[in-house]
Amino acid sequence: MAGILNKLIAIISFYLYANVPLFGRDVEFQEKELVFISNFISSIQSYFHPAFDWIPSINISSETPSDVFSAKDLLSIANRFSGKLLLREEMKIEEVLWDELTETGMLQAVEAIESRWWGWRCRRCGNKLRRMFAEIPCARCNQTHIYCRNCVEMGRVLECQQLYVWTGPPPKWPVQEEACRWDGELTHAQQQASDRIRGVMERGAGELLTWAVCGAGKTEMLFAGIGCSLEAGKRVCLATPRTDVVRELLPRFRQAFPGTSISALYGGSEDKAADGQLVLATTHQLLRFARAFDILIIDEIDAFPYHNDPSLPFATSRAAKIGASRIYLTATPRKEQRCRLEHGQLDCVFVPIRFHGCLLPVPRLIFSNKMKKDLQKNMPPVAFFDWLRQRRHPERQLLVFVPYVELAGKMEKAIGPLLRKEWGELAIASVHAADEDREKKVQQFRNRELQLLITTTILERGVTFPSVDVVVLDSGHEVFDEAALVQIAGRAGRSPDDPDGEVLFFHAGKTRSMVAAVRSIKEMNNRAVKF
Amino acid sequence: MHCLWCDEEVVPEVHWGNLLLPDRITHLCGKCEAALEKLEGNLCDKCGRHVDREGETCRDCRRWEQLSQWEGVLTRNRSVYTYNGRMQTMLAKWKYRGDYKLREAFEHEFRDTFHQVFTRDFRKRATLVPIPLSEERLCERGFNQAAALIDLLGKPAEQLLTRTHGEKQSKKTRRERIFTENPFTLTRPTDKPVILIDDIYTTGTTLRHAARTLKNQGCPEVFSLTLARS
Repeated sequence: MAGILNKLIAIISFYLYANVPLFGRDVEFQEKELVFISNFISSIQSYFHPAFDWIPSINISSETPSDVFSAKDLLSIANRFSGKLLLREEMKIEEVLWDELTETGMLQAVEAIESRWWGWRCRRCGNKLRRMFAEIPCARCNQTHIYCRNCVEMGRVLECQQLYVWTGPPPKWPVQEEACRWDGELTHAQQQASDRIRGVMERGAGELLTWAVCGAGKTEMLFAGIGCSLEAGKRVCLATPRTDVVRELLPRFRQAFPGTSISALYGGSEDKAADGQLVLATTHQLLRFARAFDILIIDEIDAFPYHNDPSLPFATSRAAKIGASRIYLTATPRKEQRCRLEHGQLDCVFVPIRFHGCLLPVPRLIFSNKMKKDLQKNMPPVAFFDWLRQRRHPERQLLVFVPYVELAGKMEKAIGPLLRKEWGELAIASVHAADEDREKKVQQFRNRELQLLITTTILERGVTFPSVDVVVLDSGHEVFDEAALVQIAGRAGRSPDDPDGEVLFFHAGKTRSMVAAVRSIKEMNNRAVKF
Repeated sequence: MHCLWCDEEVVPEVHWGNLLLPDRITHLCGKCEAALEKLEGNLCDKCGRHVDREGETCRDCRRWEQLSQWEGVLTRNRSVYTYNGRMQTMLAKWKYRGDYKLREAFEHEFRDTFHQVFTRDFRKRATLVPIPLSEERLCERGFNQAAALIDLLGKPAEQLLTRTHGEKQSKKTRRERIFTENPFTLTRPTDKPVILIDDIYTTGTTLRHAARTLKNQGCPEVFSLTLARS
C-alpha cells in the first residue's frame, strides 16, 4: 500500500515539478511502469489538447515507378491531395488510380474516430461531446458503429470508414521571382505592420496578432509577406469566417498574385480540387485539411462562428504544418487573446489608424426610456426621428441595426409610409441572414439605390459602404456585445471622401458592452493620435 | 437533454403533474417540435393528405382508382407529418447525410399514429414490411430508412421485397414516376395483411408497386404508413 502511495506522489511530482523527486523520496520505476504512467498521463492530456500525432508524415519519394500514372500526373495528384484529410467518396478518382495510390502507400488510411477511455474524438472536426456521437447499424458490415453527428453535413464519418492522408511526394509549386505585383502604397502604420507580418512569415514557427481598426486596410498589409512566402515555395492559407469575404477577396488576390495558383473554397464553390498554392477559404473548409500550410492567416479571429465553434480552432491548428507561422487579424480581440497578450504569450502589432488617416467615429449614446414600448410597436424611438430631422449630412445613406430578425421586416413596413410622408420618395429595405435577396439588397445599398437599410447583425463586419450614418436600436440587447458594437461603429466613415460618419446607439439603459465599446474606440483613437 | 435538431438545451419543467409520473422524454425542443406539422383533421380516405371535407377522397387518389390495374391495390395510406420545409431538411439530413440518430425525433409521434390508425387486433395479425433499398443504395447509405422506422415501433420487420437498382425517385417528375417499371420482386409470399412502411409518400407510386407485388402473390390487403406526406 505504502509503495503505491509513494509512487503516486512521485508521479505527481514528476509532472508538476519536472522530474524532481519530492519530499526526498527515492522511488525507482520499472520500465513497464514508466510506459504505463506516460500512457496514462498522455491519455488525460489528450482530452484537453488534441494531439495530431496520428497524421502520417510524408515519406515516399517521387521516384516510385508506376504504369498507371506518369511523373507529371503524380505531381498534379500530389498538389491535389497533399495536406488533405478526405473520405474515399470525396476524392473523386477512378478505382485504378485509387488502388495504385493506396498500394504504393501514397495515400494512407487513418481511423476517423479515435477511441479513448473518456469517450471518442472525431479526427475530422475534433468533436468530443458524448451527445454528438451516435450509433448506427451499418448495413455494409452488419455491425453497430459510432459516427460523428457534428460534421455529418460534410459526409458521415463512420468508425468503419477511414480518412485518407497523402504521404506521397510533397507538392511542387512553380518558382516565382516576384510573386506580388501589387503596387499600391501603404501608409506608415500599415507599412510597420506589414514589415512585422513579413518578418514572422519569413522566420516561421511564430504567432502574431494584428490588431487593426475597422477599415485599416488589412488585406494590403498581408501582400508583402504572402509574396515572400510564395517565392520561398511555401503554401499559404487565408481563412475567414464569411463566404462573402472569400468571394470579395478572390479577384483582389488574383490581381495581386497573377502567377500563383489560387483556390477559393467555400460551401458551394466551384473549385473542388483545391490544389492552389494560395488558398482562400472559409474557416469551415479547413475541416478537410491536415498539416497543409506553412502560413496560416486567420481573419476575424473574434468573429462568429470561429469564436463559438470549438471545431474551428481544432481544424485550424490541424491545418497548419508543424512550425507554421500563424497570423491572426482582428479589430476586436476577445478575452482569450487579450489574456495571452497581457501575459506576453502573444506578439501583437497595432494599426490604430484607418488607411485614409482619419480617426474612428466615436458612437453617441442616446437614452430613450420608451424604447421597449416603441420597439413593440415596431417603431424606432422618438429620439431617432428627432435626430433624423436635424441630421448634419442628410445626403448620407442610413444603416439601421436591429437586434432580432422579425423586427427588421416589421419595422420596414411600419416606418416606410411615415418617412415617405416627410421626406418624399425614399427607398427602404430590410435584410437578414436567411433573406434570399440578401446579396442583391446589399449590392443595391452599395450602389446608392437604397437610402435606408434595416439589418440584423449580419452586416456588422466585412462590408464597406462609402458614406453612411449608423444607428443601433436597442443597443443594450444581448446580441450587441462589445465586439459587435465596435464593428458596427466601424461601418461609418470608411471612405476617404467622407471619413467621418455619425454613429448612434439608442438604448434604454447603458450596458457594459456599450461602455466598453466606446472606451475601446477612444483608446484606439488615442493611440492613433500618438502615432 | 439537448434538442436533436438545433442542439439547444431542453430543460424539462417539473410540476405536480409529472412529479410521480414523469413525462416521456422529448427529443426536440419546443420550437423545433412546433416547426413540424402533424397531419390531423380532414384527411383523404385513401392517402391521408388534407382534404376539404371529411371522408372525401383527393383528386390524385380518384385518378389512381380510375385505372383498372391500380384499383384497390393500396387500401389506405396514413402519414404522420406534412412534408413542409423543416421536414424536408430533416429528412435530407437523416436519409442522405446519414444522421441515423435523427429518427428518434419522430419516435413518439410515429408510434402514436401507428397505434391510432391500426387496431390492436390488426396490429397483431399484420406483417410490417419496409420498402427496401437496392443493394447499391443500401451500401451507399449504410441503412434502410424504412427498416429504421419499423425499429422505432419495436416490431420485427419482414424483408419480403427486394428492389432492383434504378434512378432515385426524387429526381423524377410525377409522370415519369407513375409510368416506371415495377422495381420490386417478392422474396416469399405471405397470406397475412401487410403494413408497408416508408419515409415519404409523394405520388404513391412506390407504395402501389410494392403493394401490387405483394397482392399478386396472395397477400389479402395492403396498408401503408409513412413518416411524411407531400
